[in-house]
Amino acid sequence: MSVDQGFGTDPILVLVNDVPVQVERGSTVAVALLVAGVPARRSVNGSARAPLCGMGVCMECRAEVDSVSHSRTCQIVCQPNMRVRTQ
Amino acid sequence: MNHRFDVLVVGAGPAGIAAAVRAAEEGCSVGIVDENLQAGGQIWRGSVDRARSGQGIGSAEDWLGRLERASLRAFYGWHIFDAPSPKMLRASRDFEAAELHFESLVIATGARERFLPFPGWTLPNVVGAGGLQALVKSGLPIGGKRVVVAGTGPLLIAVAAYMRKRGANVVALCEQASRGRIMKLGMGLTRQPKKLTDAVRYGWQVRGMRLRTNCWPIAALGEERLESVVLGGGGKRVEVKTDYLACGFHLVPNCELAMLLGCALDGSYVRVDESQQTSVPGVFSAGETTGIGGVEAALVEGQIAGLAAGGAREKAALLLKEREATRQFIRLLDRTYALNPELRRLATPETIVCRCEDVTMEAVEAHTSWRTAKLQLRVGMGSCQGRICGAACEFLFGWGMESVRPPIQPTPIGSLIGSDAD
Amino acid sequence: MNRLESTYDVAVIGAGIVGAACAYFLMREGLRVAVLEKGIVGGGATAAGMGHLVAMDDSPAQLVLTKLSLEIWKAMREELPASTEYQQTGTLWIASDDDEMVEVRRKHELYRGVGLACEILDSRALAEAEPKLRRPLAGGLRVLEDAVIYPPAVAQFLLRGAGERRTLFTNCDVISIDGSAVLLSDGTRVSAEYVVNAAGCNATELTPGIVMRKRKGHLIITDRYPGFLRHQLVELGYLKSAHSVTADSVAFNLQPRATGQILIGSSRQYEDESTVVDHGIVRKMIERACEYMPEVAALSALRIWTGFRAATPDKLPLIGPSRESSKVLLATGHEGLGITTSMATAQLITDMVLQRNSPIAREPYLPSRMSREEAHVC
Repeated sequence: MSVDQGFGTDPILVLVNDVPVQVERGSTVAVALLVAGVPARRSVNGSARAPLCGMGVCMECRAEVDSVSHSRTCQIVCQPNMRVRTQ
Repeated sequence: MNHRFDVLVVGAGPAGIAAAVRAAEEGCSVGIVDENLQAGGQIWRGSVDRARSGQGIGSAEDWLGRLERASLRAFYGWHIFDAPSPKMLRASRDFEAAELHFESLVIATGARERFLPFPGWTLPNVVGAGGLQALVKSGLPIGGKRVVVAGTGPLLIAVAAYMRKRGANVVALCEQASRGRIMKLGMGLTRQPKKLTDAVRYGWQVRGMRLRTNCWPIAALGEERLESVVLGGGGKRVEVKTDYLACGFHLVPNCELAMLLGCALDGSYVRVDESQQTSVPGVFSAGETTGIGGVEAALVEGQIAGLAAGGAREKAALLLKEREATRQFIRLLDRTYALNPELRRLATPETIVCRCEDVTMEAVEAHTSWRTAKLQLRVGMGSCQGRICGAACEFLFGWGMESVRPPIQPTPIGSLIGSDAD
Repeated sequence: MNRLESTYDVAVIGAGIVGAACAYFLMREGLRVAVLEKGIVGGGATAAGMGHLVAMDDSPAQLVLTKLSLEIWKAMREELPASTEYQQTGTLWIASDDDEMVEVRRKHELYRGVGLACEILDSRALAEAEPKLRRPLAGGLRVLEDAVIYPPAVAQFLLRGAGERRTLFTNCDVISIDGSAVLLSDGTRVSAEYVVNAAGCNATELTPGIVMRKRKGHLIITDRYPGFLRHQLVELGYLKSAHSVTADSVAFNLQPRATGQILIGSSRQYEDESTVVDHGIVRKMIERACEYMPEVAALSALRIWTGFRAATPDKLPLIGPSRESSKVLLATGHEGLGITTSMATAQLITDMVLQRNSPIAREPYLPSRMSREEAHVC
């Protein structure tokens, strides 16, 4: 499904740390985290981290998605009511 | 799950698509694998439904259409993690596993951005240049946001233009290469008509926006996320408020699969002959893995590889002249975007070098080789398997990368077992 | 090699954890030591292994040696830096049926008898101790003071605490031991009153006639899952695997690292001397691990690697004078217990050099114990 165009017409809700976040259908979970302004994870020393490479290489966008930890959120398309938990 | 193909193509960016299409059109049974959920790779991301048409060899829409019409089997969302026996690769998607058998293999695994450490580079909203483009294409609203685009490489102008088109306020566009080298590139482009029109088109789109050369990020500032960027170079310094910093330092080829299979490298690229064959018989490679050259090179090389792998070497030979032109372009890009040694001095002792394991510059530079640093500090031993910090350390310290071990991507334990037919 | 001085009290060949420990103990006594390492510190079996500090009773002599070594480790604990990640996780020996519970009770009595703190867990207590183990299992033995460390960091630390005089020489290829001197590939001769051969799997190249074989192992490491695992878990069948002299075998052996990563082992093979990962073995290892802990299947694997243990016919290391010379001391052949028994080895070696008594009898570990008949069993 292409997400390059046609935005603004079909929002869905996902849950980020139990808080509803609205994104356009077809958006990735990484986008949901950025829109929510919530860091995907904390580093080993506790600093906030968010997506860097956008293509599944850097592993900085990892979060727990529907109970699977270390999920690369930039590679996962949001589904309605998906449960995302930051790591 | 077991599958068998005459030609297996790994990577569904332009090179992989071209290879798969040509091999399929020759009548071969073809499989194509990509860890993304759609074909297109990076540069044609999101273009499956709508792509811009162009001239010359072909356009995204053209090739993606041919891909859709071709008789082949696609595996989207699958990543390759092992090559346990000749003529077979192991792939995984979520918790599933598959064995992909082949007569010939085309490695078109593309490239990733090079990131260099500087103070604040780990702040949320500091992303790659291609990284920001990928995120916007994946739904990130950018309209009205302030963006600084920095680093080096042909991506920067393309990204700045794209952000503008999507309504962002590109407040600065900074290229670390010198003005002289950028101008030389411009002249080099005029020898290749299609690229001239691209350059003109991008120039028009970034009209009114200055390309600062000899300029790079000194520091990213902010508390919980990015708030401003300090830009420097050439003795100048300026702080710019911004929402995003899109910063990448050109591209490095993804050679892990090629290395796992024992393909010889020339520097950081996979060594290939004129039919894109690697040093391993039956294994071909095309696209950024054999030299960073963008879409044109990828399409030429991909076609050659697909034809050669599919047993149609005479047809492949017809593309040799175009291949030579793209090889020249690759060399031109490498020269243009070579990194300024000043960039080695951006990181302070406290700057994080290995993001997965939070290893600082101070800790890393106390070591004399990648091997001891890995063993004692765990730099490069985290989730990204050294992809980000490895490329940085190669530039910072001249440390060569070692051989590659499976799994070449993080893979669920259950998928490692393989199928019952093992 | 101008910086190497011409004579030392002791030349230690090998900067793995055994060589490093020997050097550390010797230097503490004021001796002049040179450590000669072909590659990098802790780069061999020291880097490849699990880092489990464990009491093991394949034989009475093995129990004595591991127990002594664990005491020394415990005494050193305060001075070990954070990079060594010493964690007293304890070991849980898992019994899957009533026969194995008999073994648990035997072990419990034996360990208690020598003063090792341990407790028997029944089925419910085991499930509480380690919730992700499949149920039901029969129970287990928890050995409380066993621990987990990161061996390369220990080797580095032991050699860094060397004092003012520079003693460590890396990229130093020893090609032969010649009487009381060591000959390097660049022609340098290093004279020492004693030579300690702690070259692990390479020890046989330098001391002819040692009966030792390389025993290949595999390990898998995962991403970080803090809280997934609390103890090092070992199935009781591990002992059968380690004890066997011929068969390829796998045994359930799981370790929580301080990082939260899980280490999955273990395997043993004799005939294969290549470093290539054996997929059949890895598969068996994973299947075994998932039998005991099903959720392991969902963990993300980052790396698989192989390593070699230096194995002797009777599973005991070679600590003491070689056949050729009483001044050439072997400190090798530790099989899967090199990390654990490095400290006791260093103690014995140092005692021999200083010609003083050791806290335990040395006979079971002397190289001279190997008769010609035993040489063929291996």
